[in-house]
Amino acid sequence: MVEQIDLTQVNWARAQFALTAMYHWIFVPLTLGLSFLVAFFESIYVRTGNEEWKRLTKFWMTLFGINFAIGVATGIIMEFEFGTNWSNYSWMVGDIFGAPLAAEGIFAFFLETTFFAVMFFGWNRVSKGFHLFSTWMVAVGSNLSALWILVANGWMQFPTGMRFNPDTARFEMQNFWEVLFSPVAISKFTHATSSGFLLASLFVVGISCWYLLQERHQTMAKRSIIVASVFGLLSATYVGFTGDEAAYTVAQKQPMKLAAMEGLYDGQTSAPLVAVGLINSAKLPGDNQQPFAMEIKIPGLLSLLANRDPGSFVPGINDLVFGNRQQHIIGAQEKIEKGKIALELLRTYKESRKSGDQAIADASLKAFGDYQKHMGYGYLNSPSEAVPPVGITFYAFHIMVVTGAIFPLVLLLILYFQIRGNLASHRWLLYLGILCIPLGYVSQQAGWVLAEVGRQPWAIYGLLPVTVANSNLTSGTVMTTFFLFLGIFTLLLIAEISILAKQINIGPEEN
Amino acid sequence: MIGNLDYSTLQHIWWIIASLVGSLFIFLTFVQGGQTLLFTVPRDDDEKALIINSLGRKWELTFTTLVLFGGALFAAFPKFYATSFGGAYWVWMLILFTFIIQAVSYEYRKKPHNFLGSTTYEAFLFVNGSVGILLIGAAVGTFFTGSSFSLNDYNQVTWQTPYRGLEAAKNLFNLSLGLFLVFNARVLGAMYLINNIDHKTLTDRCRKSAWKSFLWSLPFLLYVLVNLLFMKGYALNPETGEIFLQNGKYLQNLFGNPATLALLLLGLLLVIYAVNITCLKGKNNGIWFGGIGTVLVGLAVFFLAGFNNTAFYPSSYDLQSSLTIYNASSSHYTLTAMTYVALSVPFVLAYIAYVWRQMDSKRLTIAELQSEDAEEMY
Ligand code: HDD
Ligand code: HEM
Ligand code: HEM
Repeated sequence: MVEQIDLTQVNWARAQFALTAMYHWIFVPLTLGLSFLVAFFESIYVRTGNEEWKRLTKFWMTLFGINFAIGVATGIIMEFEFGTNWSNYSWMVGDIFGAPLAAEGIFAFFLETTFFAVMFFGWNRVSKGFHLFSTWMVAVGSNLSALWILVANGWMQFPTGMRFNPDTARFEMQNFWEVLFSPVAISKFTHATSSGFLLASLFVVGISCWYLLQERHQTMAKRSIIVASVFGLLSATYVGFTGDEAAYTVAQKQPMKLAAMEGLYDGQTSAPLVAVGLINSAKLPGDNQQPFAMEIKIPGLLSLLANRDPGSFVPGINDLVFGNRQQHIIGAQEKIEKGKIALELLRTYKESRKSGDQAIADASLKAFGDYQKHMGYGYLNSPSEAVPPVGITFYAFHIMVVTGAIFPLVLLLILYFQIRGNLASHRWLLYLGILCIPLGYVSQQAGWVLAEVGRQPWAIYGLLPVTVANSNLTSGTVMTTFFLFLGIFTLLLIAEISILAKQINIGPEEN
Repeated sequence: MIGNLDYSTLQHIWWIIASLVGSLFIFLTFVQGGQTLLFTVPRDDDEKALIINSLGRKWELTFTTLVLFGGALFAAFPKFYATSFGGAYWVWMLILFTFIIQAVSYEYRKKPHNFLGSTTYEAFLFVNGSVGILLIGAAVGTFFTGSSFSLNDYNQVTWQTPYRGLEAAKNLFNLSLGLFLVFNARVLGAMYLINNIDHKTLTDRCRKSAWKSFLWSLPFLLYVLVNLLFMKGYALNPETGEIFLQNGKYLQNLFGNPATLALLLLGLLLVIYAVNITCLKGKNNGIWFGGIGTVLVGLAVFFLAGFNNTAFYPSSYDLQSSLTIYNASSSHYTLTAMTYVALSVPFVLAYIAYVWRQMDSKRLTIAELQSEDAEEMY
């Protein structure tokens, strides 16, 4: 199917996609959460009629707008990048993957953008009630856009609701609802949106802490802290639950990713969770080296996390690569052999149909049915290709979980002292509150790195490796656009941060 | 009911939907057209601010329509999405690039510490309105003139020129279509501002500008129309599925389908009427006639390209690789599912129209730009 694969080109295409996705994800989580926080603030204003709440609303709204603009700028690239970078992918799965993208446009983006204009420019033009309604619609709209795009992403991680059509050589949708309500899509949506709420809360709390340190805008800062830290605490709890759910779905649907994120080579019953560890980067599947240079383990916890049963068996990388009879696990090695047969049969089918040899065509199609399940593996050449980069996946997961444990503690302390009325005298805590902003961004990025790097080598899990998904471009072309985007996004990011910092420094209007 | 529609009907419906989104986008490029007026029409910063703020309430609508156009094509005609975006790489990348720089410019132009300076952001807006629209026009032109690509058995595209789609702009037909769209966008942009802003001297200048842009657009429009009528077209033989070149194909499509002809004529008349009442009669509401006219002309052009057994994305290099609404579409199932989704489009249009009316019931004045809520303004 693919004559020769230009690996440099694939890697540039990956780099370019990862770059734009990571830039997009700098801005998106803040939008997801801050839109709700602004809606809370404005609701309080409308309820109480207190003009100070209106000024507070407007202040956070200004920051929201600055972030939103660049979020949109980075988003449009992604919409078309599937076609430009991954055109073979787009053709093979466009039948399924295109639908949520179109639905996102219809259901979410228009809601977001239409009411965004009212929220910013409508203060004098529409009634108070309609303005508040618009603010809420922006929040609903942005989170709906997260829903649809995560359905799309969830489908890549766990393809369902479709079948392969050998005549067109592509996958076709069979069940829309299965795609929409896939367990992976649901867990992605709940986890990613709630992590966005958490990030936005940290953002609001952190900036307010800075005002308290500066002894400026103190009333406004305290009010913001109360609302945002309550919202943040609720979200952090929810992030924990949905994160647990995410790990559980990974264990069920993508065992290789789970093994990589825990650095687990030899599967075991009552598998321990590695709380902290240093990966031995020289370790390869099947060799005798230790996977960790140093580690601290919590017994049984991984089995509990993965299968909701502390005594259960969790497969390791070696089991998944070489197979494990006892546990009825077919290894990548065997899958590759079967996959190659499937690809061969598909070719025979196509050729004999072209030459009008119906009998051979029928026979190969029938045989193809038995091997089709492993077709994707046929593109791989050695079983170790089925293993994602273990180090990156492991660290990304652990960074996310560790920070995920810190945030609720910090928020709880801040809320506690705020209620006691002496938050301003705990300067160390205020500094910690500020520090949580960058940490929040780090854990956001770590989450996606885990999700995306951990699913390598697959663009569509188990079906289509990245190397086959790409467009027929020269690496020079893709490299050029990579640097073009790197340049423009970095420039715009600097502008954004500079504007944001200035606005924060100016602070809300006070009377 | 939708569940019972046959495959070919659904393919036609989705070509209509895609055409509608595309045509609405062309209407909404009044934002881009307005952006190109920034360096010439306003005389001082207040006037400039009026234009930016007036357009600034609408730019996201245009942007989002472009995004939806991409999404709808992906869902309904994935082979087109894969072939064109992966093949004509540079054209699309440059178009997108001009939209990236547009997206931040409204918000950042006037903000303190904006790093690049307000002139840069204004230049971004100008590039988006000129280069961006020109390239979009050139890309649409290839629906008629064809591109040089081939598809293999597995539908993977190989582009035959190193320019990756940019070669489209070398073709006089494509170039004319692009330039026509640029000038048409300027006409629409001026008409929109006239309707949206309350500032006599500024709108008077907009009227003059609309008239000039209209005159500029005419030769390009004529060139495109005359060529369309006489050029060879990429026809599909429905029996064999073969693509062949046919003389006067688009002429035949036009007269073979009275609805398309009617759309085209009515659309052109409406645009001319709009220019007439705006520039010569001093009316303010020309944008509505011009806008609807543009949508109708757009629909006619897309219908010419896609209907009546025509290849809408032809390959001049390998005729049989050309894409038609039949061979490029999603499966029957997906088109059905997406048609249910599309049922919500009228609802979306309705709330957009409602909000638009609420927001634009009062015209924008300099006084409002200086009011207490001015901080949020661009
Ligand atoms: C503030 C950010 C944040 C925080 C504190 C957490 N996460 Fe997370 N996580 C994300 C932000 C995030 C994310 C960026 O939103 C991801 C990327 C993909 C996704 O759906 O959500 C994600 C993905 C993600 C995945 C991968 C899902 C996949 O590959 O399909 C797992 C297993 C977890 N998370 C688990 C957790 C656990 C057990 C946490 C402990 C509290 C946790 N996350 C905290
Ligand atoms: C929901 C939206 C997303 C979708 C649909 C998506 C899809 C994809 C696709 C198609 C690729 C290229 C194929 C591949 O290399 O696997 C990719 C790669 C990648 N994506 Fe995502 N992505 C999404 C969001 C993100 C985000 C938000 C990030 C990071 C913040 C991210 C990080 C990456 C990385 C790092 C790669 C390259 C991995 C590698 O090559 O090792 N993705 N993603
Ligand atoms: C490959 C994946 C993605 C694509 C193709 C994509 C596409 C887009 C596009 C085209 C826009 C601009 C929309 C407009 O016209 O207003 C946008 C903005 C947005 N996207 Fe994405 N996106 C992707 C990943 C994500 C993810 C993973 C999320 C959330 C979970 C998300 C949430 C949003 C939100 C909230 C916005 C609003 C603007 C902002 O960022 O502040 N996107 N996206």
